[in-house]
This record gives sequence, C-alpha cells and structure tokens, in this order.
Amino acid sequence: MTNNELVWIIFLLPLSSFLINGILIAFTKFNIKTISGPLNVLTIGSSFLICLFILINGIGSSFDYQSGSFQWFSFGIFEITMGILLDPLTLIMITVVTGISFLIQIYSLAYMEHDEGYSRYFTYMALFTTSMLGLVFSKNLIQLFIFWELVGATSYLLIGFWFNKQSAIKAAKKAFLMTRIGDFGLIIGILLIAKQGSQYLDITQFYIAVQNGIFTTEILTLVGLLVVIGAVGKSAQFPLHNWLPDAMEGPTPVSALLHSATMVTAGVFLLARMFPLISAIEIVSTTVAYIGGFTLIFASTMALVSNDIKRVLAYSSISQLGYMFLALGTGAYGAAILHLFTHAWFKALLFLGAGSVGHAVHTFDMTKMGGLKDHMKITYWTMILAAISLIGIFPFSGFWSKDEVLLGVSKDSNILFLMGLFGVILTGFYMTRMMLMTFFGDFKGGESGLEEKSLHESPKFMIYPMILLAIPSVIIGFFVSSPIDLGIIDKHIMVSFLDHNKLVFPDLHHHEIKFNFLLAIVSSLLAISGILIAIFTSRSNIDLKFARKILVNKYYLDYLYEEIITENLFYKRLVKLLDFIETNFIDKASHILSNSLRWVSNKFAITQNGQLQIQSITFFISLLIIIAGYFSWLYLGGN
Amino acid sequence: MPGGILSFLIFFPIISGILIGIFSENKFLKINIKKTSLLITGIQLILSILIYFSYDKTIGGFQFIDYFDSWIPFEAFTARYIVGIDGLSAPLVLLTGILGFCSVIASMNIQLRQKEYFMWLLVLQGVVTGVFASLDLLLLFVFWEAELIPMYFLISIWGSGRAHYSAMKFLIFTLTSGALLLIGIISLYFSTGTFVMFDITELGLSGIVNSNLSLAIPAIFIFFIFFIGFAIKLPLFPVHSWLPDAHTDAPTAVSIMLAGVLLKMGGYGLLRINVDLFHYIDPSILTDLGPYFAIIGAFSVIYGAILTIQQTDLKRLIAFSSVSHMGYVILGFSSYSAFASVGSTEGLGGTALQLFTHGTITGLAFLLVGLTYERTHTRYIPHLGGLVNKMPLITTFFVIAGFASLGLPGLSGFVAELMIFVGTFKMGSLYAVSTIVAVFGVVLAAGYTLWMIQRAYFGKEVKGDSPVAKIFDQLTDLNKLELLSVVILTITIVVVGIYPSIITDVLDIGVGEIFTR
Repeated sequence: MTNNELVWIIFLLPLSSFLINGILIAFTKFNIKTISGPLNVLTIGSSFLICLFILINGIGSSFDYQSGSFQWFSFGIFEITMGILLDPLTLIMITVVTGISFLIQIYSLAYMEHDEGYSRYFTYMALFTTSMLGLVFSKNLIQLFIFWELVGATSYLLIGFWFNKQSAIKAAKKAFLMTRIGDFGLIIGILLIAKQGSQYLDITQFYIAVQNGIFTTEILTLVGLLVVIGAVGKSAQFPLHNWLPDAMEGPTPVSALLHSATMVTAGVFLLARMFPLISAIEIVSTTVAYIGGFTLIFASTMALVSNDIKRVLAYSSISQLGYMFLALGTGAYGAAILHLFTHAWFKALLFLGAGSVGHAVHTFDMTKMGGLKDHMKITYWTMILAAISLIGIFPFSGFWSKDEVLLGVSKDSNILFLMGLFGVILTGFYMTRMMLMTFFGDFKGGESGLEEKSLHESPKFMIYPMILLAIPSVIIGFFVSSPIDLGIIDKHIMVSFLDHNKLVFPDLHHHEIKFNFLLAIVSSLLAISGILIAIFTSRSNIDLKFARKILVNKYYLDYLYEEIITENLFYKRLVKLLDFIETNFIDKASHILSNSLRWVSNKFAITQNGQLQIQSITFFISLLIIIAGYFSWLYLGGN
Repeated sequence: MPGGILSFLIFFPIISGILIGIFSENKFLKINIKKTSLLITGIQLILSILIYFSYDKTIGGFQFIDYFDSWIPFEAFTARYIVGIDGLSAPLVLLTGILGFCSVIASMNIQLRQKEYFMWLLVLQGVVTGVFASLDLLLLFVFWEAELIPMYFLISIWGSGRAHYSAMKFLIFTLTSGALLLIGIISLYFSTGTFVMFDITELGLSGIVNSNLSLAIPAIFIFFIFFIGFAIKLPLFPVHSWLPDAHTDAPTAVSIMLAGVLLKMGGYGLLRINVDLFHYIDPSILTDLGPYFAIIGAFSVIYGAILTIQQTDLKRLIAFSSVSHMGYVILGFSSYSAFASVGSTEGLGGTALQLFTHGTITGLAFLLVGLTYERTHTRYIPHLGGLVNKMPLITTFFVIAGFASLGLPGLSGFVAELMIFVGTFKMGSLYAVSTIVAVFGVVLAAGYTLWMIQRAYFGKEVKGDSPVAKIFDQLTDLNKLELLSVVILTITIVVVGIYPSIITDVLDIGVGEIFTR
C-alpha cells in the first residue's frame, strides 16, 4: 500500500469509531459502555502504529512529499479539491496526535469509568482526534478550514461535556466564540486567496504561486495577517487567549489532549503550513514573532500567582505556544515544530498528573493540597520529570527544543532573544512553585477535609499512560535533536528532516545546525535561577500586593471583554438601540400605515353614505376630476 | 418518468386535501385523517425524490414539462398552463416534498378541527410546489396568491398567542407583495404579449422587450416592483416585520412550511425573474446596482443577527435568525454580473443552495422547538433549562441544527455560505466590504445559537416558579415517528454538507443556463 492509502486508513479508523459509537448511542438501547472506550483505544492505537511505521520508514531516507486529490465539488469555474498532503510536517503531526490521543484514551478508561456520559465522552474523543488528523493532512485550504472548524466544534462539546454545570457550558461557549473571532480572520484570508483563483486554494499550488511571486505583496501581506489572526485565536495567543484557562471545565483528559496535541497546536500548525507565506513577508513574520514573544511573558506572569493547578498548566501552554510563534516568526521552522513535538508529551503528562492529583484530593486548588509526594509516588515522580523537562534542564526533552528555539531567535533579533530568555526564568519559577505547593509541605485537607491516610495512588489504567508518557518526556528530545550522530540516528534528525521539505524550501538550503554551548549554559543557568527564586520565595513572605492584584485578575482582560465590550457596549447599547428601532420604527410603520388607511377610508366613506345630496355632490366632483384629467392629458401632448 | 408527473405532484395533495375536507367524516365513511395525510405526503416525498434524481443533468433545460395551451383562451389574452422544472427549481421541489412530509408528522398532536387542518396543510403543499414549477407568469401568480388562503386559516385558527393579529399581518404583507408582482407581470405582458417565461427570454434576446418597455415604463421600474414584491416575501430589512409575528404564533407545522418553503418563494422569484428574465431584458440594472444590494444584504444579516441575540422566545429567536440568513440570499443575489457568462456563477449558485439548506436547517430547528413546546408548554427561554436530562435526542439534534445554522463545515449551511462569500467577495471593493460584514454575521450566529442552547437545553434542570419545573419529571423524548422526521432532515443536512455535489451539480446547470439560453 502507498503511504497515501495508509493515511486514509489512519484517518478512517477513529472516524469509524465515532460513527459506530454515535449511531449506537442515538438509535439503540444497546449498552455500549463495554465497547465504546476499548473501541477508541483499539482504533486510535492502530492508527498510531501505522503512523510510526510511516515515520520510521520515512525519517531516515530522503522523504519526499506525497499528495493526491479528488474533486469535492465544482460550480462553474469554481472548483474545490480535497486530498492528502503528506510532507514531513504532516507526518510528525499525525504521529503526535495519534500517539498522545492513544495514551489519553487508555487513561480515560479509568478516569471516566463512573461517569454517566462514558460512551458519549468516547464518541466525542474519537471525533476530536479525527478532526485534528483531517486538519493536519489537508491539501486544500477549504478542507483545512472544514477540519479546523470541526476541531473547534468538538472542543466545544468536550469542554461543555458536563452540561449540567453552568460554568462548563459557559466556558465551552467562550472557547467557541473567541476562536471563531480568529476563524473570521482566517476565512477572509481564504476568500482573498480564492479571489485570485480557486486553484490557489490547493496548498501546493499556493506555495508555488507565492514562491514565484504571482501575487502582489499587498495581497500576501493581507492574507498573511488574516491567517495570523486565525492562528492567534486557535492557539490562544494574546489578545485572544483567555478562553483557554477557562477551558479547564472539561474533563481533565480532554485538557490534556487539547493542550498537547490537538486544538491549540492547530494554530501553530497553520502558521507552519503557511510558512512560505509568513517568511516571505517581513511584516507578517515580525508580527508573529512579537505576538509570540509578548504572549510567552504575559502568560507566564499570570501563571506565577494562579492557585489552580490546571490554570497554571494552561498559562504555561499559552506561554510555550508563544515560544513556537516566536520561532516561526524568526524563521526557525524546524525548531518550532520540534518544540511542538517535545512539548506535547510532557504537557500531556503534566495534565494527566494534575488529573491524578485531582482524583485523589477532589479539587484542583493547590492551596488545599501539599505533601502529596509520599502518598502518590508515581504521580509525583512522573510529574517532576515532566516539570523539569518543561523548565528545560539538560538533558531532558524540553531542553533540546527550547535551545533550538532560542538559537533560532538569537540569529534574528536581540529584543526577542531577551524576551525568550526572560521567559525561561519565569517558567522555572512557576513550575517549581506548582510542584512545591502540590507535593511538598503539609497536607492541607483537600476539598472536603480528607484524612491524610485516605490518600492513595490512582488506578493503574491512569498510571500506566503516565509512565509511558514519562519516557518520551525525558529522552525523546535527545534522540530527535541530538547534537552528535548516534549511529542509526543522525544528529538534529527532526529539524533536518523538516528542513528537507522540498515543498516549503524548494531551493534546498543545507544550513549546518550547530549546537551552541554558551547558549545552552546561559539558558540552563537562567532556568535554575528561576527554580531557586521559587524555592526562596516560598520560604519568605514577599508579597507585591499591587502586581498580585493585576495578575490574579488576569490584567482585567476578562473584565474588558465580558463586562465592558459584551455586556455594556454590545448588549446594553447596540442591541437595545436596534431593538428600539425595530419596535418603534420598522414595526410601527406598518401600524401607522394601516391606521392611516383606516382613517382615510373612514373619511371617504362619508361620500358613499347613501344620502342623495352627498351622493350627487360626489358624482359631480368625480366627473369634474375626470374631465380635468382628460384635458390636462391632451394638453401635455397625449394622443 | 411518465408525463404529467409534475402536475400530479401539484394537484394530488390539493385534490386529496379537499376530498379529506369534504368526505372524511360523514355517516358512511370514517377514515383516519392523520394516517391518510401521512400517506399522501409520503407519496409526495418519494415522488419528489424520484423526480429530483431523474432530472437529466446531461440534457439540462426545462424537463417534466406539462403543457396545456388553452388554459384561459381569449383572443387577445392567452395564458397557458405550463409547468416544468430546471436546475434552479428542482431542488426546491425536492425541499417541498421533504418538508411537507415532516410538517405532517409535526401535526400528529393536532386535536382541533382535524379535517380542515389537514386539508389546508395538504393544499398548501400542492400550491407551493406549483409556484416552483410554473413556467407561465400568470400561473405563477395564481399559485402565489392561492398560498395565502391556507396560510391565513392555519395561522389564525390553529395558532397561539395573537394568532388573528399575526395572520392578518401576514395576509396584508403578502397581499402587498402579490399586488406588486401582478403589476410587474402585467407590465411585462404588455411589452411582450406573453406570460410564458421562455418566450419573454426569447423576445428579450432580440431586444424587443427593452425597447417596448422603455416606451411605457422603464425596465428599472419593473425590476424594482418585482424586487420589492419578492423582498417582502423573503423577507428583507425593512419589510420583515410580519415574519417574527407569523412564526411565533403559527402552529409548528406551519412554521416549518413558512420558514422552510414559503420564504424560499421570495428567493426563487428573485433568481427566476430579477436575475433570469432581466438578464435578457436589461442586464445592466442588477450589474450596476449590485454593490447597493450587497450592502442591503450585509446590513440585513447583521441587523437580523443582533436582534436575534436578545429574543427570549425560542420560535421568535429562530424567526429573527431567518431574517439574518435571508440577508445572505440578497448578498449572493447581488453578485450577479451581466458578464458572468465569462466570469463566475458561484454567488448565484450559493444563493440557490442557501434556499435549500436554510429550508432544511430552519425546518429542523422549528420542528424541534415545536416538539419541545408540545412537551413543556412554554417557549420562554428563562423558563427552560436542563432539558437535555429528559430529552437527550431532541437536544442532540438541536445542537446539530444549531451548528448547521451557524455555518459549521461538514453541514450544509457552510457550503452555501462559502459559495456566496467567494462569489460576492471577488466582485469588487464594495462587495468585498459587504462580504466581510456578512461573514461577521457568522460569528454573531455562533453567539445566539450557543446562547440559546446553553439556556434552554443545557444547564441544571429548572427549579422554582417556572411552569416547567412542575412537569419536568414527565417530559419525554422523541417517539419513533418524530425521530423519523428529524432524521430525514438531519440526513439531508449532513449529506449536502459532506457531498454538496448532490445539489450543486443540478444548480450548476440551472445557474449556468441563465447565461446561455
């Protein structure tokens, strides 16, 4: 079988799981609890194995892109094709998506076991995975947009999974609406491309057109900025970031998937997919870089003071996505995807760990935790490995990718480079603070005053995936981005694999990737200093009240969006104004018209009241009018 | 397909409806009216599907023509009975078949004056099919006006709330629209001497129509007479105010027909007369005025969407969303260009597809709201909440309908809106700005749809002084028959969303032929 056929199978497996589960839930009384979860594990697991097969076959050799397409529909000269674009970027993405989704399905078997919506949960999860797979192999921008929206819609369903909780539904709605504002930008960008001709909606055609300068710079700049808006919405970058922390209302495994492999990475993926466009236009790439640089610091500062373990992780996701934006904006294409790849494993692990902690203490409020390290040994150890990896300590995974990102940025701009380095200190700080509050010190009672003795480790279906995730969290960075040749694995294998993408870089540039010792040492020292500051401040009681107030209130942006813009400006002013117009003018007009007609007809009714005098007057007046009319017509030249 | 099939499709429900009205309950005969109506509309559904799929795409043009030369045989006044369908009307005939069946299922709980109710409902279906199939302007007008009679009675007798007021308002607005239509038709007749559409087209090609017209009434005047007539029916801002009232007070089945099929008569008229006929009479009118229509369309989208946001009645909410969605029809309509024969047609195609998709999507939404209302006896959103716990299926399908209405890809609404956007955006800068404004309507649509779903169906079950709280435990989900109608509509929405060619291939022929007759 060709790779293309294999990719179809990868896509169809979870889709079939969705369809089977969905149809069984809706139309039968069959108790599908026994099969829905295992079916997901089986289908997504098989997809993952196929991905690995293609990846291992492809990564060493000179893998060329492959594509095939068919016509979706056509109208006149407007034609939309669909198909598969399998290049190194897609290959890495589908592996991450299926791999992490697979482990999270296993975890969910136990985590969701007693939930009423068990089967519904797995149905949605299958669709979520399917949509993300569809997104990353799309060959056409419309096709990409379709799956892009489906990812958004399924995340709406999953965030609002517990639909009896008003806060969950609200968070889901917020996520959908805020990302839709981004989608608004993206679709207009796509319309702008379609205006040039529907054949350019095909991504490979679009690349060729951009590389050969078929479009004017103005159009490319506009399209680029609009695409960036879409990516900002989906990847929760400033100023469309505040849906992501609220998205915690969904089940924890959903957060794990949403933050690591699907949904938020879609924005980064989009920018990588449009990299020829982004890198061709200076304004666009600078915008992307500064959005990333600003967001990574901005989000980290909010993580410094948050007391909710999942919120800390959410802010850290936003911040890490900022690093990926930064890398893409400064031209470090390979580094951005490398960071996406390594980040996915340890971020998924951190969320699963948070879920495991929450499972034990029934809350995500870290002020009620503490001292868990003796009771939950595996959770503790796996999470600490992931945290160190996220902070970026040698030789953990996160170190290698963050180093590549910083190296790429350092070549481009000093300000952005300093922003990136500053983010390293902040990351060290908030992750250490989170680990200290959760696992060290004294136990503070959990949600409902739990006995410390009753604390226990989570069930084994939850623990195994965490252990499995811990392995790549620690070592995968070294293997895919090793500074030296490791026998069968070349040095910097993933970045050079990505850089050999003939589609994106048609004139193959063999830029030598060098490992920079000085940079590695500086960034490690910064990370360690972040850790030390966190340990130090946790023992003293420094409190910057003013700064703290701003940070806890998330820079008042939620207030600005929800209270001022939505509530005051939109609801209380605009909607009321239009409602006023509707009732007092538009609807009133028909009443006034009918009333005035009634008035006129009442007046004229007098002329026909049957009295001989009135009737004869009416008759003569009418006659006069007709005669006058006839003569004036003649006078005006009628014939 | 045997000849006369289209006439059968029109007159079978009308005649059988009248027979039911007269003979169904007397001392010799007593038949089950509901089952009979279901059977009749079932036959209609199957027939309309058969007709749709046996429309020969390789030949194109008007097919299934029934011709009856001496309908009104006067020496100086020949009106002919001609029905037939082409690529533009075939999907709408199919739509009428689908929604007619669903509306009968939605009427299964009607108790009051059953035989009259089903008589009017069946007559309505036949008459609307007649509108879409007429190829003679006078015949079209007759069907157009005939539709008023069943609608008036259905709303005023079986409606709720201010039913008489709403029925009268509907009547007056639609009569105005019909009067304008008649003026337009007569003006065309006096400049061409025929009511038959393709004769007018032929004369238009030779330039006779325009020169005759310019003597009496300028073509642009007739264009606007028709446009306003159709805009009232569509409805377009600012002549939409009959719609929310009529919808809110009409019984469920009538809301389905009203939103699903009757509004489409306006859009169909725009395409058939203001685009198709005027392409041969004076193509410069719409070409020149296009940007202004685009602005009106975009404004209607936003205006309708913003008003939708603050509605508290489920039905009224969906009614206002229809105003918003019909704005897209005007937007796509504006993308016509006299030179489209060498350019592109997807804007007009999107308009035609929007008529079909909005019919199924809003039909589904009204059906589900009606089924909810039958159970809860209120449509006031603050009195609802947590219905998902008792009605998981209704909620699931409502979420699908909501997603379709907010233009989620994979469902049919997206394809239509995309085609309209693509087609209009590229026409020029004013068009592009209008399109961008209209695209923002999609964001607003997400807002009101999700807000409604959140309040009415999700959340905790209602407590306190809401009337629903007392009966919450007795609420039931869909029964088998209701599930059937919901599934039919959902399948249509999903299939067209995933495989749009099933409709667009036919529309492509219909729209293409406008420019190549």
